[in-house]
Amino acid sequence: MNLRLPSKVLEHIISFIDSNEDRNSVSLVCKSWFETERKTRKRVFVGNCYAITPAAVARRFPEMRSLTLKGKPHFADYNLVPDGWGGYAWPWIEAMAKKSPSLEEIRLKRMVVTDECLELIAASFKDFKVLVLTSCEGFSTDGIAAIAATCRNLRVLELRECIVEDLGGDWLSYFPETSTSLVSLDFSCLDSEVKLSDLERLVSRSPDLKSLKLNPAVTVDGLESLLRRAPQLTELGTGSFSAELKPEAFSKLSEAFTNCKQLKCLSGLWDVLPEYLPALYSVCPGLTSLNLSYATVRMPDLVELLRRCSKLQKLWVMDLIEDKGLETVASCCKELRELRVFPSVPDLDATNVALTEQGLVFVSQGCPKLESVLYFCVQFTNAALITIARNRPNIKCFRLCVIEPFAPDYKTNEPLDKGFKAIAERCKYLQRLSVSGLLTDKAFKYIAKHAKKVRMLSVAFAGDSDLMLHHLLSGCESLKKLEIRDCPFGDTALLENASKLETMRSLWLSSCFVSFGACKLLSQKMPRLNVEVIDEHPPETRPESSPVERIYIYRTVAGPRLDMPEFVWTIHKNPEIGVSHLAIK
Amino acid sequence: MEGGGSASTLSNDENLVVSCEDSSSPVGNELELELGLTLSLGRKGYRDCRVPYADDSSSSSSSSSSLSRASVIAGTKRTADSMAATSGQVVGWPPIRTYRMNSMVNQAKTLATEDPNLEIRQEVNKNRTDVTKLRNSMFVKVTMDGIPIGRKIDLNAHKCYESLSNTLEEMFLKPKTGSSTRESDGHMETPLKILPDGSSGLVLTYEDKEGDWMLVGDVPWGMFIGSVRRLRIMKTSEATGKAQMIL
Repeated sequence: MNLRLPSKVLEHIISFIDSNEDRNSVSLVCKSWFETERKTRKRVFVGNCYAITPAAVARRFPEMRSLTLKGKPHFADYNLVPDGWGGYAWPWIEAMAKKSPSLEEIRLKRMVVTDECLELIAASFKDFKVLVLTSCEGFSTDGIAAIAATCRNLRVLELRECIVEDLGGDWLSYFPETSTSLVSLDFSCLDSEVKLSDLERLVSRSPDLKSLKLNPAVTVDGLESLLRRAPQLTELGTGSFSAELKPEAFSKLSEAFTNCKQLKCLSGLWDVLPEYLPALYSVCPGLTSLNLSYATVRMPDLVELLRRCSKLQKLWVMDLIEDKGLETVASCCKELRELRVFPSVPDLDATNVALTEQGLVFVSQGCPKLESVLYFCVQFTNAALITIARNRPNIKCFRLCVIEPFAPDYKTNEPLDKGFKAIAERCKYLQRLSVSGLLTDKAFKYIAKHAKKVRMLSVAFAGDSDLMLHHLLSGCESLKKLEIRDCPFGDTALLENASKLETMRSLWLSSCFVSFGACKLLSQKMPRLNVEVIDEHPPETRPESSPVERIYIYRTVAGPRLDMPEFVWTIHKNPEIGVSHLAIK
Repeated sequence: MEGGGSASTLSNDENLVVSCEDSSSPVGNELELELGLTLSLGRKGYRDCRVPYADDSSSSSSSSSSLSRASVIAGTKRTADSMAATSGQVVGWPPIRTYRMNSMVNQAKTLATEDPNLEIRQEVNKNRTDVTKLRNSMFVKVTMDGIPIGRKIDLNAHKCYESLSNTLEEMFLKPKTGSSTRESDGHMETPLKILPDGSSGLVLTYEDKEGDWMLVGDVPWGMFIGSVRRLRIMKTSEATGKAQMIL
């Protein structure tokens, strides 16, 4: 019996499917479903900009309105990827300008974006609405000015933690003089001062503005003035507070905050003086998200603020909060879903010791909805990890950074194997995991077996041998991204589990003992993987068995990329390297 | 000025690139360092390699891992990168994003540098939490002329100059056996004298909050602790020249 739905009906049904993962499954059913799905997909996500060519994407999704791209591997955030590696936005923008002129939204993460890219965006997409650049670099404020000036329907302009060549604050004055359609503006990563009067006028003529994130150059007075003009804000990133406290300034600010009755998210707060915090008290009961991770404020002041935030769902804070502060969070913030605790000093030696594993244990006990954790701590114990796992089996993202590499359970001196085993076993919905501290191969055996839903795993300074990698690559059913640094395994596990790599988006290995010969062999065996060796030394200068510095392996249908710098070596770019004589054991 | 042989007027970034290119350390040593860090990844190995920290201006062929060298050669200009290399931490560890790392460094600098409006700054500092005061330890860098790699010492672990002097002697004048990561000058066997009397050829100096280099021992310990930013063990000949500048 041959049942076929009329394509209009199929189209209608598929239009209800938002999740791209589901849409990907839909497109595998049969040709007609593939065709229908591709013609209706509006939001396209490409997790690795080198996995597919821009032309192929434009061809497949003619109705694309929103494009999200990611470039450099995650470890680029920690300076492990040398500058010039790649991740250029230009080929994508160029292709879309020609083939998808109806594109309205572009979101880029960890990519190199030039002013030319931004100018091309401004010139090509008539109804451009959303530009979000996260951890991007390569452009200046001139490029931003082009967007501001030309994109008349711009709703969202967000520069999140980008490295921008800041040529001054003029860019802000390029927004149209008439009313703008701005809903969200984030320029928190820019250094130089924008003219307050420009900003005030912009805010005044943007009635739809809901999210405003200022840069540190905006002062308390500026903030107060802007809040008065935009009491409808739901998200605010303050400027800095480094001026001395003046009583009139404080009361004006307090009043301005009191009028912001819809404020849900608060961030910025650079250098906030504790004396200013009471100005925020009026908005605390309504806050769902609070980022105090740049506020160098002591625990008692933090507690005074946090105990008023009963609706808080997301809290980012520094270790200045100490265990005691987290105990308060556990008793007052019962809606908490996400907690991130960052170190307050970059120095390994001088980390605040009043924050221990106990702080996280408190929160795991007191906050029933806790599902996402990022925790930097000097040392940890298995007992704490087991308790946390028992308390919160609903955890989806668990990233623990024990700052001291190879640190064992400081009470028992054992590896943290048992603790992470408990996390992997009990947290059945775990999707993201970062491990640290002293770990043997056993830990990875447990993780491989139990962490069935983990998609992204980060490992550093752990394991004893190839077994650890073998466990991970032969288990971890849902693994999509694996990043490992400074672990003592060699070639064997990688070569034996080569086929697993095609089921993953990418694998990053650095400072391990994988040899150049193995990379060549892997590359020959698996033509649909790009195996990039990132190493300053040309391979001819060393024996094939010597370890390489960094390896980035990713699946791709685009073939070898054409924009590799000199320190990236592949068998395609460097064919003179020749066929490997290394036999597979 | 410093042991690395590079001009102190260069920025950190330029310093690293210049040091890297001009490095006269034999290739063998560098390789040893790199292998020392990457191969001895067992607990002990890493901890042993971790102890000698790179100084501000020393060549990047220090205990920083080979990763930092590659990054430097690739021409990276990020502050956090040079900060990581200069403070002697392993690159990219702890895993904190560049943006946040820069923020932390700036915060630390803001707290340390002098403001022209000293009174206001003092007022603000009283109210602002000084991150350094929150810690129980107070680590400052110590360098010694002739040794490219500096160390760090917790001043709060000492209550007087004598104990500080003893610790420094331990650190710098008695090289550990089997350590390949430091070039110890075998001639320095005489005990380190805090007060310059010329006998040891060495003198201990410190940089204070105002950026001046002073002789250690002149002021009461408490005052010293309150104003010291870093220490340097100088050759007496150099110190005399400097002393003229201070006085």
